[in-house]
Amino acid sequence: MKKGMYPHHPDITEEMWKQIDAVIEEGKGKPGSLIAVLRKCQEQVGYLPAVLLDYIGKGLNISTSEVFGVATFYSFFSLTPKGRNRVKVCTGTACYVKGIKDALVRIDDRYGVKKGETTDDRRFSLEEVRCLGACGLAPVMVINNDVYGGVGSDKVIDILEKYE
Amino acid sequence: MMNTIRIQLMLCGGTGCESTGSHDVKEAIETELGKQGLENEVQIVVTGCNGFCAVGPVMVVQPEGIFYQQIKPEDAPELVEEHFLKGRPLERLFYKEPASKDRIPRMDDIRFFSSQYFIAMRNKGNIDPETIDEYIGTEGYFALAKALNEMDPEEIISEVTDSGLRGRGGAGFPAGKKWAFARAAEGDTKYVLCNADEGDPGAFMDRSILESDPHAVLEGMIIAAKAINADKGYIYCRSEYPLAIKRLTIAIDHAKDYGLLGRDILGSGFDFDIEIYEGAGAFVCGEETALMRSIEGKRGMPRPRPPFPANKGLWEKPTILNNVETLANVPRIILNGSRWYSGIGTETSKGTKVFALSGDVANIGLVEVPMGTTLRTLVYDIGGGIPGKKRTFKAVQLGGPSGGCVPENYLDTPVDYEEIAKVGAIMGSGGVIVMDNRTCMVDMARYFMDFIQEESCGKCTPCREGTREILIILERICAGKGRMEDLDRLMNLAEVVGLSSLCGLGQTASNPVLSTLRYFRDEYIAHIRDKKCPAKICTDLLEFKVDPEKCKMCGLCYKSCPAGAITWQKKQVAEIDREKCIKCMTCFDKCQFDAIY
Repeated sequence: MKKGMYPHHPDITEEMWKQIDAVIEEGKGKPGSLIAVLRKCQEQVGYLPAVLLDYIGKGLNISTSEVFGVATFYSFFSLTPKGRNRVKVCTGTACYVKGIKDALVRIDDRYGVKKGETTDDRRFSLEEVRCLGACGLAPVMVINNDVYGGVGSDKVIDILEKYE
Repeated sequence: MMNTIRIQLMLCGGTGCESTGSHDVKEAIETELGKQGLENEVQIVVTGCNGFCAVGPVMVVQPEGIFYQQIKPEDAPELVEEHFLKGRPLERLFYKEPASKDRIPRMDDIRFFSSQYFIAMRNKGNIDPETIDEYIGTEGYFALAKALNEMDPEEIISEVTDSGLRGRGGAGFPAGKKWAFARAAEGDTKYVLCNADEGDPGAFMDRSILESDPHAVLEGMIIAAKAINADKGYIYCRSEYPLAIKRLTIAIDHAKDYGLLGRDILGSGFDFDIEIYEGAGAFVCGEETALMRSIEGKRGMPRPRPPFPANKGLWEKPTILNNVETLANVPRIILNGSRWYSGIGTETSKGTKVFALSGDVANIGLVEVPMGTTLRTLVYDIGGGIPGKKRTFKAVQLGGPSGGCVPENYLDTPVDYEEIAKVGAIMGSGGVIVMDNRTCMVDMARYFMDFIQEESCGKCTPCREGTREILIILERICAGKGRMEDLDRLMNLAEVVGLSSLCGLGQTASNPVLSTLRYFRDEYIAHIRDKKCPAKICTDLLEFKVDPEKCKMCGLCYKSCPAGAITWQKKQVAEIDREKCIKCMTCFDKCQFDAIY
């Protein structure tokens, strides 16, 4: 595509669009590539705005409704912007029994953010995940790629404060 | 320069230990070894998950077999000087038996390990999972060589069938039978899939096996491929397991370099390749037809069977899908024979099963035991019982969201597919979550139903709407607004959802409700009739008061309250402000005189 031909979106730069084109090119004609393409595009932009879903559909020659269907089916994909730090709180059974609810209450008290939400300053987005398989450390929270165990008390705020 | 390794430090680098700082410990020990000039005598091996995650970071010193727990980087100087230089093991880092408080030096003497029997997890903590030579050094790929060069496909299948190996992912379908169907199916292309989409909350054995012994799974897959004559394999792994994916990727690369994957494997003329497919977060994708849809790049929704995947699976081609743990057993069965394997276990359940012990139990971690071991052994002997004052055993939850809660009087049930089903639970993938008296069983049922409701793919009405309806009723009961007729309605709904749902998710969705209603009906009644939550979990039903008769005016509750809801002065009975109280139970736990109720 020529310069200036990309759809307009405030969160997607021209450089990103070029990367997206490369990703689509790689997935074109390969059966079953849609999920991988969505994954790589989300890595670029941080989330999947509607304009981008439309663009991917056209690029892969799949209807936008099918792209939308897949993107909304899997919890990995987000159609809304995420915070700078992605906080994933494990709500698996072991973490639940060990008091993850308490951590969620404390996070909400401090930052005013509930599951699925992002703070207004986009510092944190809070997600609930189902079992990270680190039940030995329950209750568990993951911030970006760092795993923290035993976050059932005030410790959770101390940890979050380290992330700007 | 002389380079004789006399000590090997098997430092756990699994997800659990890594998050408690094993990487920093490694660096600290390395620095210290350098300072003492021991770097050529003592070698650090970063292993996969050791299984005893709760006391991480853990390290086993070989050849002595000394087990160190909760090591901190600050411990490195003392540890290196005392143990590795002077030969005096450091007692303060030994494991402490919860009951006797004894310090135990050797891993094999710790009860958590000594009651176990390793087949699927035989290499955990013993090898560096990122080095193929270490796997080969422990008879790795020997079974593959035997299967490719000395056995024909029918022999492989009958060996697996005779061993009695059943699917470890949950349903317990005989693995050999599944392979035989796919072998008989006609098709020019066939697939072998590995289900590493370990979605059951409270189960983490597949993660651990992939992190500690990825080649065992690859070897199992290649043998399966030979048996059904497949040419392509996929490992469907959750994206929540980045370390497992990383180690699998390395393992596949190494196997290709060694000619164990790709064209003409071991000169046998057999071709097979494996690709990793990262899941994108949907519990239902653990169901076989949904998983295949997902690999095809579509919404992961199940479809009715037949046709079974053995005839029409991925891309409509004959396909077998086996769980990680199942595949990890295969090489040992081929190498040691079906007679050896079927000699372990019970009449209908052969071999071992890996369980993930977690919840309110002293020793949290992964355990592999022969089938037939009782739940009591799991919880008390290996698990070390229930920790904490004022805490007693209430139930053990087996089998994840499709499973059930087993109360005290059934603890002597052996782990066996059929026996566990009789008491209203399932073997499932092997999650064992211990719950003490502070767990509300109605809230647990609500928790599981919330999970299922959210993870239901929405394709069939009974599951989509039925689970929602059940959840609404359970939420109502937890909020103290339940009605007695709700109990009958729950039973009725649970039955309908179970009978009429399309896939396993819906068919078993009601199990947590049915099993709690069966064993803990009195708790439901307490919530509905008396508006009380006996375990003090459902906050809408809680109100804390101070008993002036029992209060010793010590002020401990006042000092510990995080919400400032307690008023107290010296020589005065404490008082709780209902408006300010956040029902966190801190004061209740702190009070030494049971004056808060």
